[in-house]
Amino acid sequence: MKPATPGQTVGPFFGYALPYDKDSELVSRAHPGAVRLHGTVYDGAGNPIPDALLEIWQPDDTGRVVQRSGSLVRDGYTFTGWGREAVDNEGHYTFTTLNPGATEAGRAPFIAVVVLARGLMNKLHTRVYLPEDAAALAADPLLAALPEDRRRTLVATREANGDLLWDVRLQGDDETVFLSFPGA
Amino acid sequence: MKPLDDENFDDSHVVVSGAAADTQESISRQIGDIHRAYAAERAAGGPEATQPRLDFAPYRSSILRHPTKDLHHVDPETIELFSPAFGHRDVHELEADLTIQHNGEPMGERIKVTGRVLDGQGRPVRNQLVEIWQANSAGRYIHKRDQHPAPLDPNFTGVGRTLTTDDGWYEFTTIKPGPYPWKNHTNAWRPAHIHFSLFGTDFTQRMITQMYFPGDPLFGLDPIYQSITDQNARDRLVATYDHNVTTHEWATGYRWDIVLTGSNRTWMEEEDTDQ
Repeated sequence: MKPATPGQTVGPFFGYALPYDKDSELVSRAHPGAVRLHGTVYDGAGNPIPDALLEIWQPDDTGRVVQRSGSLVRDGYTFTGWGREAVDNEGHYTFTTLNPGATEAGRAPFIAVVVLARGLMNKLHTRVYLPEDAAALAADPLLAALPEDRRRTLVATREANGDLLWDVRLQGDDETVFLSFPGA
Repeated sequence: MKPLDDENFDDSHVVVSGAAADTQESISRQIGDIHRAYAAERAAGGPEATQPRLDFAPYRSSILRHPTKDLHHVDPETIELFSPAFGHRDVHELEADLTIQHNGEPMGERIKVTGRVLDGQGRPVRNQLVEIWQANSAGRYIHKRDQHPAPLDPNFTGVGRTLTTDDGWYEFTTIKPGPYPWKNHTNAWRPAHIHFSLFGTDFTQRMITQMYFPGDPLFGLDPIYQSITDQNARDRLVATYDHNVTTHEWATGYRWDIVLTGSNRTWMEEEDTDQ
């Protein structure tokens, strides 16, 4: 294995470079399956971080991994599975997407997330799971390996209107579980 | 484009009292202490650091923004073993030339930056998105919160994109960025750099980093660069001047190869022929 090139912080000045038109709209809000995934990114003092950037990557609503171009120039019809969103001045983000399906029968559906921010020296990986399938969540290898107070940081809350609420805490008692992978 | 707070001139939301009063000497001493501790760990058989420290107090903004719990090690699952697909619908070939985005020629030193994107196994990362952004030749970002009193260049935005070739090559034509001041401590200056954003074949390989230029006198003073405690690892962020990339009467050339982490996908034979 070659040693990987080091990462560095995304810094403060990505706002004119990385965001683009419809970056966070994986589907149109008018899509019958459209769901809002939203939340706030917090620092260790509990303050919202106004200069974070989130990316999501997910299967479609049937659990299929999509390999289609068009994420950067959305045609309004092609679901590519990937999106990007810079948080607003109050640290809040919103994606319009589909509920991810299970990639295998009985597996807990989740969305892969990368978190970037000024002051955060490298990217962080995490996951946000759908809250509904209790049996699949209980059987999930990652979630099963976590104590309950850590586990819940990875499971979204389904709001009354169908939105998914999921906050990111970079530090502190409710710190989100961040992931490392083999070969990293 | 969204308004974002800027660490250079408005850092009021970062709760570090007196941070701006730190001297370079104090910051450099803290960096030196951390590096000496790392060197001692290495000498005692400790692991080689290949990535920056997330917890690196000399970079003041990291204090409340680094996880305090260990990253949880997990085997990647289906979606994480793939990356989003980008294509020519997404990226026009002219986006790789940052010097032709306006009516006139940007000010500064025209350069080419080229190299290969490889995975940890040495395989080229093919047809994948590379994004860059940078300050202009005077050290000024077009970002509206960048208030460094250096000139904006009406002929330079500082944003580029490209797709790697079948052999993993990327190439940008741009202007050499200038160093710029920031508010981490008194008289803090960032070495000149170009921000890079990269994807691999697996989403686990996602990378955001910064490329630097050889011989920059600010390297030793910069807490962001020095957050990488290992000199060999720091060197991997520095491009090489390459006269074979330099073009006659046009642009000087730099070479910078990027290695992503290992792919965890099971590779088909035909995908793997470039091993």
